[in-house]
Amino acid sequence: MIRESGNLAIGDFFFRRVRRREELDAHVPPLAAGRGPPSFSSDLFLSRCDAPLVTAHASRSALHAADVAFAYDRRGRHVVDGVTLDVPRGAIVGLLGPNGSGKTTLLRLLSGTVTPARGSVTIDAVPISTLSRREMARRIAIVPQETHSAFDFSVLEIVLMGRYPHLRAFELEGADDVAIAREALAATGTAALEPRRFATLSGGEKQRVVIASALAQSSEILLLDEPTASLDLGFQFEIATLLARLNRERGVTMVVSTHDLNLAATLCTELVLLKAGRVLAHGPTERVLNADSVRLLYGVDADVVRHPRAGHLTVVPLARAD
Amino acid sequence: MRRRLIATIALFGALTFVCCLLAPIVGSTPISLSRVFSRTIPFADNVDAQVFFVARLPRVIAAALVGSGLAVAGVVFQALLRNPLASPDTLGVSAGATLGAMIAITFHVDIGLMGITSVPLASFVGSAGALGIVYLLAAARRRGTSSTVLLLAGIALSAFLGALLRLIQLVADFTDTLRNVRWMMGSLDVASYAPIVAALVPMAFAFVVAGALPRVLDLISMGAEAAESRGVDVRRAERIALLSASLSTGAAVSLGGPIPFVGIVVPHIVRLLVGADHRLVLPASALFGASFVIICDLVARTAFGPVELPVGTVTAIIGGPFFLWLLFRRLA
Repeated sequence: MIRESGNLAIGDFFFRRVRRREELDAHVPPLAAGRGPPSFSSDLFLSRCDAPLVTAHASRSALHAADVAFAYDRRGRHVVDGVTLDVPRGAIVGLLGPNGSGKTTLLRLLSGTVTPARGSVTIDAVPISTLSRREMARRIAIVPQETHSAFDFSVLEIVLMGRYPHLRAFELEGADDVAIAREALAATGTAALEPRRFATLSGGEKQRVVIASALAQSSEILLLDEPTASLDLGFQFEIATLLARLNRERGVTMVVSTHDLNLAATLCTELVLLKAGRVLAHGPTERVLNADSVRLLYGVDADVVRHPRAGHLTVVPLARAD
Repeated sequence: MRRRLIATIALFGALTFVCCLLAPIVGSTPISLSRVFSRTIPFADNVDAQVFFVARLPRVIAAALVGSGLAVAGVVFQALLRNPLASPDTLGVSAGATLGAMIAITFHVDIGLMGITSVPLASFVGSAGALGIVYLLAAARRRGTSSTVLLLAGIALSAFLGALLRLIQLVADFTDTLRNVRWMMGSLDVASYAPIVAALVPMAFAFVVAGALPRVLDLISMGAEAAESRGVDVRRAERIALLSASLSTGAAVSLGGPIPFVGIVVPHIVRLLVGADHRLVLPASALFGASFVIICDLVARTAFGPVELPVGTVTAIIGGPFFLWLLFRRLA
């Protein structure tokens, strides 16, 4: 008897979950509907009716934003204006867009550090508005553009801070927390830096340590805000390789905002193009990244070609388009 | 980590204990520790014990409390504002507390609340008021106000509150003015346990609250947004931290006047000794702050005996050059 009722409850739970998913899908407006300039070629949009592909993605979606909008100033313009996007589990989604297009704000909305004025964000189909900060932190980690420490923390201390959401109040880190932190250091190739002072590291080393700290958070989703912005070519390459490896080996889902189109082309499985707070296009990198989208986004005429040796798309800017 | 925490607290605790025990022995009348704690002589006949417990110990305890309160407030401000130069003095919070206390003394304000007498209460209100202004600026800081602006605002606030203080002294009668001036130099002329108990209530509350903060302070010192993404409710943590810091500043100032530089010298020395982790820095600063002010007060009492210096002069003579050294080191 008891077992049966238990099963019934589970069945009911699944049923409700499925229903919620349907409701959610019903809520999502088709992406192409009236967004972006009309001149924009419509095959760039990956609309809802496009597909089995999208449905497949949705069913294993890690992070989903439905029509989110946000303004820093109550009466000011919406910095993010009705964005709907879906981050499939295991994907690396690139956020591209000119300065001020709302990339950082969108990342903040996805991570729950700001609350949307409209719309909602869900993680694993759970609305983030129902999660506490601590619960959020166990699911999503953020790597900010730059990290400065006001005090002289050691590298290990910085990485151990990632364990915060897993500890109770007054609980000190135990041996397993230190083990997780060390593993994160090893995974980012920074094990040798462990005893160093964070402030004495180079930019690339700092960035890798901060990524290690985010990994120590043991969350499945990583949001990175221009992770290579202030790094030289060598470090840029290193970070890109590291992110690709973490995605491949650990299955970390990532959302990466960047201005580096070639980084996006190498690293990202999908791209979201943002302009003035709206989504211009959203889909697989191969499909979304082309001369038209680069012109629309940045006002630059560019050649987008497949690199013969690297095997991925490369973007070569040619002239300002007017 | 646990071992380091225990070792740190034990070491700094022992230092404070030794200071509390030895400081009362030194003074114009020499006394002996063995006679003070002798069980064979009844207290009424034991002059040494009377000097120790009645004349000198209250002052030492007051010094300890003031030192802890200012040091803890300094640690909290530095972490919250992510600026190692922030302290109750540089932010104008001490000046606010002083103004509050001064108003209570000069105008003989007599209102008590929950066992807290009017002077600590007024100085808490003053520090909270000054802190409110700092908080508004700090909130604006997220939108780009630099920490330099914050410190400049603190200086402006201190100067403004200082002018109000002088205005109050002008209207106060002569004996009050003398008392005020002496008090403002930072003096621990405490000869009974009553003011200690009065300050202990808010300070104990502040310390209990601060006890929940160290990890949060570590995270906030890395930036508000970084802290938030790690699971800290930053807004709530900031309010709790600022409440605790203004309570302990208010209590400390009501007891000993605005003794300068303690909130900046102590946390820095402690960080040099134990590192940056606030779980070590906070308790160690509370204990080391106590020892520091006890020692400074000892110097103030004895260096130019029989003339007593206000303890504030001693901390300023040590703290001023130390502060400059910090600035030079940061620039280098």
